[in-house]
Amino acid sequence: MLAKKGDWVMVYNIVLEPKDRAPQIPEDTKKVPLEMWIKGFLLEDAKVGEMANIETIVGRKVSGKLIEIHPNHKHNYGNHVPEILQIGKTLKELLFCGEDK
Amino acid sequence: MDKSYSAVMSRKTEIMKKAVGIDYNTFEKEGIDFDYEAMMREAGYSLEEIKKIQGETGVGNTPIYELKNLTNLARKMAPEGKGARIFLKDEASNPSGSFKARRAATAVYHAKKLGYKGVIAATSGNYGAAVASQAAMLGLKCIIVQECYDSNGKGQPEIVEKARKCEAYGAEVVQLTVGPELFYSFLNLLEETGYFNASLYTPFGIAGVETLGSELVEQIVEKTGKQPDVVVCTNAGGGNLTGTARGMRKVGAEKVKVVAASVNLKGLHMASDTDFNKKSFTTGHTGFGIPFTTNPDRSDVPRSAARPLRYMDRYVTITQGEVFYMTESLAQLEGLERGPAGNTSLAAAFSIAQEMDQDKIIVVQETEYTGAGKHIQPQLSFARDNGIDLHFGNPRDEVPGKSIILPEHPKMIKAIDLDMDKIRQSYVKNMVKKNSDSKDFTDEELNYIAVETNLTVEEVKGRLK
Repeated sequence: MLAKKGDWVMVYNIVLEPKDRAPQIPEDTKKVPLEMWIKGFLLEDAKVGEMANIETIVGRKVSGKLIEIHPNHKHNYGNHVPEILQIGKTLKELLFCGEDK
Repeated sequence: MDKSYSAVMSRKTEIMKKAVGIDYNTFEKEGIDFDYEAMMREAGYSLEEIKKIQGETGVGNTPIYELKNLTNLARKMAPEGKGARIFLKDEASNPSGSFKARRAATAVYHAKKLGYKGVIAATSGNYGAAVASQAAMLGLKCIIVQECYDSNGKGQPEIVEKARKCEAYGAEVVQLTVGPELFYSFLNLLEETGYFNASLYTPFGIAGVETLGSELVEQIVEKTGKQPDVVVCTNAGGGNLTGTARGMRKVGAEKVKVVAASVNLKGLHMASDTDFNKKSFTTGHTGFGIPFTTNPDRSDVPRSAARPLRYMDRYVTITQGEVFYMTESLAQLEGLERGPAGNTSLAAAFSIAQEMDQDKIIVVQETEYTGAGKHIQPQLSFARDNGIDLHFGNPRDEVPGKSIILPEHPKMIKAIDLDMDKIRQSYVKNMVKKNSDSKDFTDEELNYIAVETNLTVEEVKGRLK
């Protein structure tokens, strides 16, 4: 997919390869690289998966692998957790028991 | 310039000196000793100055609520005559939605005064949003560096939300996977941009929290005619507790007991890639609270202004399930929907109130904003998706990283005391380590340890035997 100059995109870099990671970190973390994601405006047309140059919102120039065009926020309120509804019910019965009967 | 890991780390001291504008050497004394009060006085701001600085950006003067229904509930669980009045300082009312606005207000003001063009902060928490918000108000650029994802690219919902909020205020957000080498990326950015390091642990940052302590005392006196008996502070890096306690003392509230509360995350490693998304709390937990209390100078500045052990009368832990439960209780019984992490001290206070007489006053000194990701619903949903066993039961059976146990009954909510003696012992041990594993300290150094641990010199000597 081709991204156009000026598009808001996300680039990716590996900051440290596993072999270069700090000695004091746990074994599981040592097995994986330190990765970094930064968003910005694309400085020239580029394809997803290739190296690209961006200018961040504060004007910093960064290069990295183009991984997403128009990145958006996907976090939400999650799936329904039935237990939550029970909390208020229990508390109201405890606190106001008898009063509405 | 050499940008390799080792080269950048070796330039740490000079990068930091340029980026915080403080020559920490000025306050160093012999050996492990340093002049904390001189640092706070000379590099920080007075309470009056901070009030003025914060007032200009609408920070502080947050409301205080008496939680009458939760107080009544606590009294139902408590022995006859027990159940202190519970008050809550609604710090979510600050511009960026948490007490961190106080810290950011002074830090960003200071950066602007010194002529920096921008500010950088390394934080996955509310402080990032606070710095970004203040930078927007004062017209400075802002970069926030976050530890956000595990190696599968899965983001912690609470942190992902914080990234959105920082971007909403016009900040650049640099997101990283798990690991303390975040500090390397942070140093790189400071060196590249020449921006100010809006560290959480500078004198101005901590002094910014003092208004929280002074305000809450004044508000409680106004509402009840007397000073609070106990103030509970959620504890991670120690700045919240330190600043609040100092502020209370500055308005003459010297007898108030200061209780630290952290979420119990025992067994989960803070730098572990696999443990990362098994935590439902990204701050306010024991993984930060205990190391920073027993060895404060481990932050991103040479000498931390957050020194909680000086002011801490008691340190309790509370479980993740208990905090989630209290967060829902606050919404259901008090009509206040707030973020879970800010309710750590509330969960502790609900338990401690039951030990206190009914005419006593206990204050929970913070709340935080809530929203997608940063809310009991997505946090519990995320935990369940990650294989965490969520159910009602006895909170004492909760195993961090494996289960989240919502109390079957609110009477099961219990603040568990950590042994203050062990914590102080651990601090002393860290000082011995710092002293090249020698127990041979000068009188000045012994005095320093005594003040740091709230012990007498004789007691310190006893612990060195």
